[in-house]
Amino acid sequence: MRILGNIWRELPLKAKVGVVLFGLFILAAIIGPEVAPYAPGYSNPSISLSLQPPSSQYLLGTTQSGQDVLSQLLVGIRLTLELALLVGVIATALSVIVGVTSAFLGGVWDEILSLLTNVFLVIPALPLLILLLGYLPNRGQLPTIIVLAGLGWQWGARVIRAQTLTIRNRDFIAASRETGEKTWRIIFFEIMPNEVSLIAASFVNTVLYAIAASVALAFIGLADLNSWSLGTMLYWAQSAQALELGAWWWFLPPGIAVALIGTALVLLNTGFDELGSPRLRASRGSARVAGKKVWATDPTPVLAMLVGSPGRVTGFLHSFSRSSLLDNTPAGGELR
Amino acid sequence: MKPILEMDNLSVAYRSDGGDVRAVEQVNLTLHAGEVVGLCGESGSGKSTLAYGATRLLRPPALVTGGSVRYYGRRITQGGDPADILTLSKRELHALRWREIAIVFQSAMNALNPVLRVQDQILDAIRAHLRISGGEAREKAATLLDLVGIPRARLRSYPHELSGGMRQRVMIAMALAADPEVVIMDEPTTALDVVVQRDILAQIVELKETLGFAILFITHDLSLLLELADRIAVMYAGRLLETGSAAELMRDPAHPYTRGLLNSFPSLRGPRRELVGIPGSPPDLRDPGPGCPFAPRCNYALPSCSEVDMTLARVVGTPGPEHLTACPVLNKQGVLS
Repeated sequence: MRILGNIWRELPLKAKVGVVLFGLFILAAIIGPEVAPYAPGYSNPSISLSLQPPSSQYLLGTTQSGQDVLSQLLVGIRLTLELALLVGVIATALSVIVGVTSAFLGGVWDEILSLLTNVFLVIPALPLLILLLGYLPNRGQLPTIIVLAGLGWQWGARVIRAQTLTIRNRDFIAASRETGEKTWRIIFFEIMPNEVSLIAASFVNTVLYAIAASVALAFIGLADLNSWSLGTMLYWAQSAQALELGAWWWFLPPGIAVALIGTALVLLNTGFDELGSPRLRASRGSARVAGKKVWATDPTPVLAMLVGSPGRVTGFLHSFSRSSLLDNTPAGGELR
Repeated sequence: MKPILEMDNLSVAYRSDGGDVRAVEQVNLTLHAGEVVGLCGESGSGKSTLAYGATRLLRPPALVTGGSVRYYGRRITQGGDPADILTLSKRELHALRWREIAIVFQSAMNALNPVLRVQDQILDAIRAHLRISGGEAREKAATLLDLVGIPRARLRSYPHELSGGMRQRVMIAMALAADPEVVIMDEPTTALDVVVQRDILAQIVELKETLGFAILFITHDLSLLLELADRIAVMYAGRLLETGSAAELMRDPAHPYTRGLLNSFPSLRGPRRELVGIPGSPPDLRDPGPGCPFAPRCNYALPSCSEVDMTLARVVGTPGPEHLTACPVLNKQGVLS
């Protein structure tokens, strides 16, 4: 818990916003289907409940066939996130395996794996996805995950290979090889920690790609249309011409949810950069000295000038902080 | 001689959760125009912190906790009051740095960018701090290399094509680019062998004679300072223990720590004698306690040392006014007797 707390304090504000936002969606994915007020697919036969704008009974309104949009959203977030995270894990694992092996083994293996990566890089992913899913007999969650992951690892692999190549030639790797460390230990304990931020960033990007691709595929109908995901919600909204009918509550919630998840992931990404690189962390941003914010690029602060005039609000708030105990220490005096 | 840089009761601390690490404690040190002042002490004694704190180059959690630093450069004061570096704004400091106070950093020769020609890097420094035309700037860069004894043709070289000594000279040339009045040299010759070291030091002295800047020379090598410096300040655990001219320090070291340092390298002349080190290690600067920080390692220590006043006092019986020591024990015994 303490370590987590420290990491949290070190994170830049952008990343904090990202963590909170993404956490909310994860929460929705976990408990969403349980707290959904109605069954998402339940069509209310009463004609008066068709296409109702948001009300106290239906918080996000209803669809043309009287289904509750909020319930669909809560269920849909789970399916979409589940798919995206699984694709992220599988594709990132693939890219790490391919990237690190090809860079570390070198020679023929590097040639073969690089060729494979390059071939996948030039394949136009979306048309192939459409083609594959269009002809697959079963368009459920699992085939989509497999196809998306199979077409989403090559970018990460390329970057991780390049990074591994530079790390592989550093002195500390040569040193650990000299001391007889096993190859797997060098890979997992010497090289990988240097790539944590890269791998995390690659994971986040892949998740982002998976969400975009899966929503796009569902939108054009290439998904299991009996299930509820953000993509299928948009598909049904579009096919029922929600836009023309002015039923903004039908297509806006899933659209905004997709946009917010994407934003959260991008914000998260900025935090990973600094998490994996202690040097970046030290050179960034500001520190609090005697209750005043001092940037790393500022000249060395001088105590007499800092303590001179704290703002009224800042001064009051600062008096509660731990560092305020140091304030009244005379220059060069005793610290007790 | 008129002072050029005057540190008065300067204290610098590093803030940490466990309290302040007081790396520099109430240091008084004055640099006069055209003078070489050597600052010597072991690793972690606060020499670099003192120099960078006085020029406000340290990053938080470093904090100047007290004192003042006055700069008397003629371009800044124009006959008026000196500039107090501790109250200057970021912009004013930018104008002061390099133009007035230049620094040759520790392991400076690794500070050259490997993919840029030497010329471009010198020009960068010139352009950032002087307003002169491109042609003049190039001419200036060539003159600078002449000054430090590198052929002009080397302007087109990349750093890896130069030897370590040459790279160090390039860094010194860059420091002199804006004709500063004070040059701070932080162990500029540490990574070089003694022959090259000697060449460069001779060059530095020569440059100082012709250009007239003052040097604050930081090193842990007291023997080097005895040869180079006009005045030497010995630093330990963030405090100055003794200052004086090189000759005075060599002849009559008035602090046990200086004696220890002098005994730790062999003399070229005179009878062979056993080299004596100083046992123990420096104190924790987070809680230095009162009195003399060197007392636990000192052969001359008395019980009263734990409450001794660490202000520098004039050494009894010395002719010059500049020989000061923080050790009343040795001073009372009379070092000159």
